[in-house]
Parts: sequence; structure tokens; C-alpha cells
Amino acid sequence: MGALVALSGLTVDFDTGKRVVRALHGVDLSVARGEAVGLVGESGSGKSVTWLAALGLLGGRARIGGSVQLDGTELVGAPVRVLEAMRGKRIAMIFQDPASSLNPVHRIGRQINEALALHRGLTGAAARAETLRLLDRVGIPAAARRLDDYPHQLSGGQNQRVMIAMALAGEPDLLIADEPTTALDATIQAQILALLGELRRDGNMAMVLISHDLGVVAENCDRVAVMYAGRIVEEASADRLFGAPQHPYTQGLLDALPDLDGPRRRLAAIPGTVPEPTRLPPGCAFAPRCPHAEAACVAAVPTFHLLTPGHRAACLKPAASRGMARERAVA
Amino acid sequence: MLRYFLSRLLRAVLTIVAVVTFAFVVLRLSGDPALLIMSVDAPPEAVEAFRAAWGLDRPVWEQYLRYFVQVAQGNLGQSMRDGRPALTVVMERVPETLALTLPAFAMKLLIGIPAGIYAALNRNRLADRLTMVISVAGFTVPSFVLALILVLIFAVNLGWLPSGGAESWRHAILPVITLGLSGAAILARFTRSAMLEVLGQPYIRAASAKGLPWRRVVTDHALPNAAIPTVTIIGFMVGSLVAGAVVVESVFSWPGVGRLLVVAVSNRDLAIVQTILLLVAMTMVCANLIVDMLYGWIDPRLRTARAAGG
Repeated sequence: MGALVALSGLTVDFDTGKRVVRALHGVDLSVARGEAVGLVGESGSGKSVTWLAALGLLGGRARIGGSVQLDGTELVGAPVRVLEAMRGKRIAMIFQDPASSLNPVHRIGRQINEALALHRGLTGAAARAETLRLLDRVGIPAAARRLDDYPHQLSGGQNQRVMIAMALAGEPDLLIADEPTTALDATIQAQILALLGELRRDGNMAMVLISHDLGVVAENCDRVAVMYAGRIVEEASADRLFGAPQHPYTQGLLDALPDLDGPRRRLAAIPGTVPEPTRLPPGCAFAPRCPHAEAACVAAVPTFHLLTPGHRAACLKPAASRGMARERAVA
Repeated sequence: MLRYFLSRLLRAVLTIVAVVTFAFVVLRLSGDPALLIMSVDAPPEAVEAFRAAWGLDRPVWEQYLRYFVQVAQGNLGQSMRDGRPALTVVMERVPETLALTLPAFAMKLLIGIPAGIYAALNRNRLADRLTMVISVAGFTVPSFVLALILVLIFAVNLGWLPSGGAESWRHAILPVITLGLSGAAILARFTRSAMLEVLGQPYIRAASAKGLPWRRVVTDHALPNAAIPTVTIIGFMVGSLVAGAVVVESVFSWPGVGRLLVVAVSNRDLAIVQTILLLVAMTMVCANLIVDMLYGWIDPRLRTARAAGG
């Protein structure tokens, strides 16, 4: 099965006026139809920027290089018309803060109608009926009474459901969910994630779940890519990545999580902080924080090693080579 | 909603009462109108007679109460200069002033708002920088300086337009431009920053992500939100329609309310000054009320808060 979306060598440079800062250093990632891909990393690692760049949503200050192919159509450098026709229709996106991602001065019904008119030519009663169906589908109770509500009259969880309904309006092939549950409390978070999974399976829609929460990604994704300082450092199936992480950064992230069923232990934080994009170390960006770093790590940026089919890591000293691959219980 | 409106109305009335009181106090403290109008050399009996005729011989608190009751009855007293009702004297100047301020107001809106939007959409590009340089120049140069520059260019050097007076519509052009330009400059700056604020909001990116063309993101999603802070400043401009042209009217010898005010103040023509201040206070208060109502109409969040009794 060919990739639905294929990013290759995607770079993003922000022109701050004084200098140009590279935020993304060549990202390769593909998403197949119906697949759920997780993208994890700390804030500032480039998770969101990757997909905002792919959709051309970064604005005039960003220069985008490399390639983004959607069903074989190149999106980088494509005319605005092509991008606009693709957004919402082929690739939809939902965001971290649902309350501020909806326009405060428009009724939610109108905001969903807008997407329906745009992508499916629905207006009037047909649009209203479809909006109701979508709101019902995403689990908004008494949808008919909610149509004329404004975003501030709904809770955060309900607003995210509205955002999801709006994203579904275009019947997209891929939904980018950018930290969709970070602003919500834990029970709502579980409900929203369950809803997203259900919608994905029903509609054979692919999903990219951007999150800094490894647990969320582990439960909801087939495949996971880990990002650090503007690069993907490891990518594998979810089972494999959480079971046998190879990159020291991924290992560090997992060690920082408590085990629910293992023995009680002190959580291991990764020493140091993420480097500023303007002050990246030469070589591997993780080297200064890495317990296994050696001279070669600082000399050049490590390239990807295919460790097993479908599992790659950009590390000179992956766990397997260190002979200390710790098989972890998969949740 | 009604409760909210009534509370605003009450506040408006209190504002007007405060203005009337303040004007009364300040004017009574600032000199004896009898001496000014009758001149210092007038015989004492004549001055006393003048005082008695205008009630100036009564204790101040009594003058105030009388004045207040009269104002409440719609009687604003007579001009001490020509004895005509103050309201009549002032009201016949209002159309003259509006003949300047209304076109100027239109000019502010028609130039200021589009310029601000245009600058915001081209942020940090040459177009934006240029617009903002002109805008800063427009509102830092005092209006009398701008007026004199315009006179120098268009009246003195080019001889295209008259430098003062009110004989024809051509006389209105320079004063209108003077008023309009500085207002447009202020409005451009406000609109720009309101737009920039809104354009940085997550819902703008979300609207783009939805597939809306940029033009519609701007018109349907950014502008209605940017209108909220912009309406405030437009409200101020509405409030100054009646008396916002004091300086410009003086420079261009335009017989409006502003010039009447200057003359009345220097003559200690109390009734006229008080009437003008009352009129100004009322337009300001009305403009504020309208702005408040508009807010509720534009911003649904406020509407909800008010319905809840805010």
C-alpha cells in the first residue's frame, strides 16, 4: 500500500528578520491510509511545526524545503489554491486548545456549516441536517439546541468535539490531531481519544496523533515517531518502540514514566534541557544529554540505522549495539 | 439585558450631573462675569444691577440649585452677551460644526480602517512600515500645525483653496482634511494593532486549516473580532463630533460650536459655556452608551455575561 502522505527531507526555517533559524532539519515520515501514527517529543521538538508546514499554515516567516506528497501531489511550493483545496478536505487538523481554536463571535453551527459549504457544497437545510448529524456523531448531547451556541457556552471537551465535527465535515483522508487532549481533564481526554479511534476505524481515516504524552500515543497508535530538536530520532511500530526502544532519548523518555505494574522505583529524569534551535550542538543534538555519547556522536549528525524492518533510529550507539536492550513489557 | 441598559443609563445621567456641577464651580471660581461684561470702569450701581439681574448676587449654592432646576426643566439660561436663550445660540452653531466633523468622521473611517487592515495584513513589509510612518506623523503633529501647513500649501502657495471663513463648501475642505487626517491616523494604528492581535489567535489558523481562502479568513473570522476594540475608539470619535473641532475652527475662523466656546470662555458668558459643556457631555455619554450596546451585539461573550446580570 502506497503512502497517503509522504514527508521527505522536510525542513523549516524561520526568518526572524535578524537571522534565519532552522526549526526542522529534514523530516522523513509517511502515513498510510487508515493508519494511526504517533508523533512524540518535548515541546519545541518540531512535532506541530512538521504538520503545520505540510499544510502550509506557518505563514510568511517560514521557509519550507523538502517534499510533502499527498497521493503523489507535491504540496511544498504548491499554489495557494491547491493548498486551500487540500486543507480540511484531504487533510484536516484539530488543535490543542479547542476553546480558542473556535471563533468566539460565531455560533458553532455556523462554523461547521462553513466547512460543509466549502467542501461538500451543502447549504441551508441540508447543511443544517448534516451539522446535526456530525454533532451527534461526535457525542454532543441535544445537538439541535447546541447549534446556536457560541464556543464560550460549551465546555472544553465539547468544544473539542465541535472541532472534531468540523474536521469530519470535509470527510478527510487524514486527521492531524495536535495535542487534542492536552487542555482537557483526564476523563474527557479518554473520551475524546476513544472517539477519535472510533471515527478513524469507521471512516478508514488515517490519523497523526501529536502528543508529548507517551501513554496516549502507546494506546492509540500503530506506529510512533519520536522527535528531538527538529529531527525524528526513532521510528517503529508502537509495540516495538515501547518494548525495545533503541535511541537513548526514547529510552530516557520511557524511564521517566512510572511503571504501573513493575516494582516501585525512582523515576529517571533526562539530565539537561532541550537545546535552543539557535544553539544546536554539532553532531547529534542529544549528545550533550546522552549517557552513551562518544566522540563520534559530536562529530557528525548520525544517520538512520534500520535495526529491524520498520524500526529505525538515528543513533551511533543504539541499545541493541550496546548489548543492553532491555525488553520492556508492553502495556 | 434591560437591567444592564438601565444601570448604564443611570451612570450616564450621573456623569452629566457631575459635568454640569464641575462646569458651574470652575466658571464661578474663575472671575466675576459682571466686571468682565460691564468692564471695570462701569458705575458700581450698574454692576450691582447686572449681578441682581443674573442672580449673581445670591450665594453660590443657591445659584447652583437654581441653575440645576432650570437645566432639569430644559432652560439653560440666556447668553449674557446678547440675552438670547443659550440653547438657541449654541444650537445654531451645531450644524456648522457638524458640516466639518461629519465629513471628517467619514474620512477617518474610510481611510483609517482600511489602512490599518492593510498594514496588519502586510506586517513588517514596506507597505506596513510606510503606512505606520504616515500614521505616526499624522497623530503626533498637532492639528493647528497641520492646519497651518495645509494653509501654507493650498491657500498661500497654490492659491487653490481659501485659508479661512465659511462662505462656501470650498472653505470646508481644509478644515475637514485637517480633522480627518489626524483621526484617520489614530484609527489606522488602532485597527492595525487590533488586527494583529486577532491574526495571532488560534482560531485564525484553525479557519485556514479548515480550507477557507485567506480572503475569507480575514473577512469572516478576523474582522468581526478586530471590530471589538476598534469600536471603542470610533465611539470616542462620535463623542467628539460636536466639540472636537475647537482648535481647527479657531484656525480656520469657522463659526462652529468650538469657536463659540472659545469666545464664550474669554467673555465669561457662563450660560453659553455651560450649555456647550452639557451638550458635549451628552454626546460623549450617548456615544458611550451606543458603544456599550454595540459591544453586546458584536461580542457574544459579553452578551452572555450581561444576561447573567453582569
